Amino acid sequence: MGYKISTEKMDEILKGLSGQYKVYGPKWDRPHKNVRFAELKSVREIVMDRQSNFSIKEVFYPISQVMFYFKGEDVEPSEVADDRDLLIFARACDINSIQRLDKIFLDNGENNNDYFYARMRKKVKFALIECGGFENCFCVSTGSNATDDYAFAVKIADDIFVEVKDDAFAGLFSGCEAVDYQPEFVKENAKKVHVPEIKKENLKTVSELEYWKKFDDKCIGCGGCNTVCGTCSCFDTVDVVYTEGSSDGERKRVWSSCMLDSFTETAGGAKSRATHGANMRFKVFHKFYDFKSRFGTDWNMCVGCGRCEMRCPQEISFIDTVNELAEECKNI
Amino acid sequence: MTEQEKFENMIDKMKPEPHRILEVVRQTAAESTFRVAYDGETFDGQFFMLSIPKVGEAPISVSGKGDGFVEFTIRKVGRLTEGVFGLQQGSTLFMRGPYGNPWPVKDFENKPLVVICGGTGMAPVKTLLEHFYNHPEIANEVYLIAGFRDADCALFNEERARFAEKFHTIYTLDTGATEGFEGGLVTEHIRKIPFAELGDYNVVIVGPPVMMRFAGEECVKCKVPAEKIWVSFERKMSCAIGKCGHCKINETYVCLEGPVFNYTIASKMFD
Ligand SMILES: Cc1cc2nc3c(=O)[nH]c(=O)nc-3n(C[C@H](O)[C@H](O)[C@H](O)COP(=O)(O)OP(=O)(O)OC[C@H]3O[C@@H](n4cnc5c(N)ncnc54)[C@H](O)[C@@H]3O)c2cc1C
Ligand code: SF4
Ligand code: SF4
Ligand code: FES
Repeated sequence: MGYKISTEKMDEILKGLSGQYKVYGPKWDRPHKNVRFAELKSVREIVMDRQSNFSIKEVFYPISQVMFYFKGEDVEPSEVADDRDLLIFARACDINSIQRLDKIFLDNGENNNDYFYARMRKKVKFALIECGGFENCFCVSTGSNATDDYAFAVKIADDIFVEVKDDAFAGLFSGCEAVDYQPEFVKENAKKVHVPEIKKENLKTVSELEYWKKFDDKCIGCGGCNTVCGTCSCFDTVDVVYTEGSSDGERKRVWSSCMLDSFTETAGGAKSRATHGANMRFKVFHKFYDFKSRFGTDWNMCVGCGRCEMRCPQEISFIDTVNELAEECKNI
Repeated sequence: MTEQEKFENMIDKMKPEPHRILEVVRQTAAESTFRVAYDGETFDGQFFMLSIPKVGEAPISVSGKGDGFVEFTIRKVGRLTEGVFGLQQGSTLFMRGPYGNPWPVKDFENKPLVVICGGTGMAPVKTLLEHFYNHPEIANEVYLIAGFRDADCALFNEERARFAEKFHTIYTLDTGATEGFEGGLVTEHIRKIPFAELGDYNVVIVGPPVMMRFAGEECVKCKVPAEKIWVSFERKMSCAIGKCGHCKINETYVCLEGPVFNYTIASKMFD
């Protein structure tokens, strides 16, 4: 069922939902001059002319998250302060990125789902934002331009068009002007990526290509590309003591990055992967081979959101990196 | 399972629980064995995540076990391990686990077994050795090559003396001639094992990454088939449940599929 509604009406609906949902979307975060997923008051806060700097994951998998509180010898899991569910306005690539994260947090290994992720994830519903694509994204190449995992979809133009899929939301729009509306998905991006032919048979050969060496110096291992990525899940565990000598403290997890020099470092300074080139190889393999192979899916882990492309301080283009690798793979 | 039970099961895997330290035995200047009260079951080759609240957490192999306890032999290298060295009998140690794929012990029974280990690498094979020491009825010939840097670094003196009574043992030191030890790296002694006469046997290799690589290659040179070789990997680990990504080697998570791997798989894994 489709509707055409005004901004005022949409905001009224969001307000009505706020008892049951915390409503999030990509909006300007003025102090930091970034677009990030944060709580929305108005649908017009949603930034439509550019991709958000940070991905959707921080809404329920924050950069730093307390897992346990320590009080003397007591260990207490953190609690979720707000018992409302989460309604997140997100584009198709964002929703697809969460399905990739779900694989790692909820489907990697038998019977060991991640408690802290699972308890937030079950609260999440999506409101799809119809998107025409931006300068740096390539969701069509990665096959993540479309989704049907949403409660309702919106096209935010002068008026707002809505398609409602989840019956729980249907009542909210009753009385609004009925129109034919179905969200459209990006059919072609300005940028295209050729997914490299990495296979079990050529894995070692591809990993030993001279090609990777060019990142040894060029990449500085800042980890920014992983930080902004919606499909990167890695973290470090960090203990904190509130004040020196206090018996109270907490155990947190904090996003980590396979591009950091210390990511694989063990006692005595030994590193399983010691160069930025090796780290780049690892990251690209994960996005375009490991994930598919491990979970027996044809989903690429990368959803083509283009955030890492925008982020790199060294102007390393992920798009060029992947395309050049695809070429290299053809030549072996 | 109800939803609530599912969530309780999830938190059980992640939440550290307090356990009493029963005894601390000093091994070397930098290594001690901690006996900790524990009633659950563990399989040889598994590890726990040990922690001290407000200090940190680290994966440590079970190096011994018995009625109501497990033991950990820990090398002091950083934050958590130094913290553990500050604890004593009666202190509380937090742990969660056990995690990881164990040695395929049933497959090792009634067949010759060759164990090659270096340094703290002896910890994750010690319960396996004890198993065959205590159950001669299922043990066949056991060969043990254990190497240490020098006499001051040699671990498990009491246990190694016992093992020497029942097993074919070669104890070796990288440097410093010492009574009871041969000289040289473990790899130099592998060719002394009469592999050709052993029939259906298995080989276990554990130690620092370089030692495992060369020992594996040496075994292959001695015509040991790859499928008879087993290794245990050590990687940086932060979660032990396949989430934090630190232990990942391409499509393999060492905390889930390892730390024990057959050499047919291990020799193909690369960084
Ligand atoms: C499956 C498994 C079994 C292990 N069994 C034992 C054991 O039986 N006995 C034992 O003494 N050690 C064992 N280790 C190694 C032990 O986990 C590390 O020494 C420990 O994590 C260091 O923690 P820390 O907080 O003391 O050091 P940190 O303060 O974290 O670090 C000190 C140094 O150790 C490095 N380090 C961090 N994690 C590891 C790691 N996983 N392995 C090696 N170095 C690391 C750091 O990069 C740094 O250089 C095992 C590791 C694994 C993965
Ligand atoms: S790898 Fe880059 S383009 Fe792909 S999902 Fe992550 S941030 Fe987006
Ligand atoms: S953002 Fe650029 S420089 Fe930083 S780790 Fe990623 S590729 Fe390297
Ligand atoms: S230790 Fe975290 S994924 Fe293996």
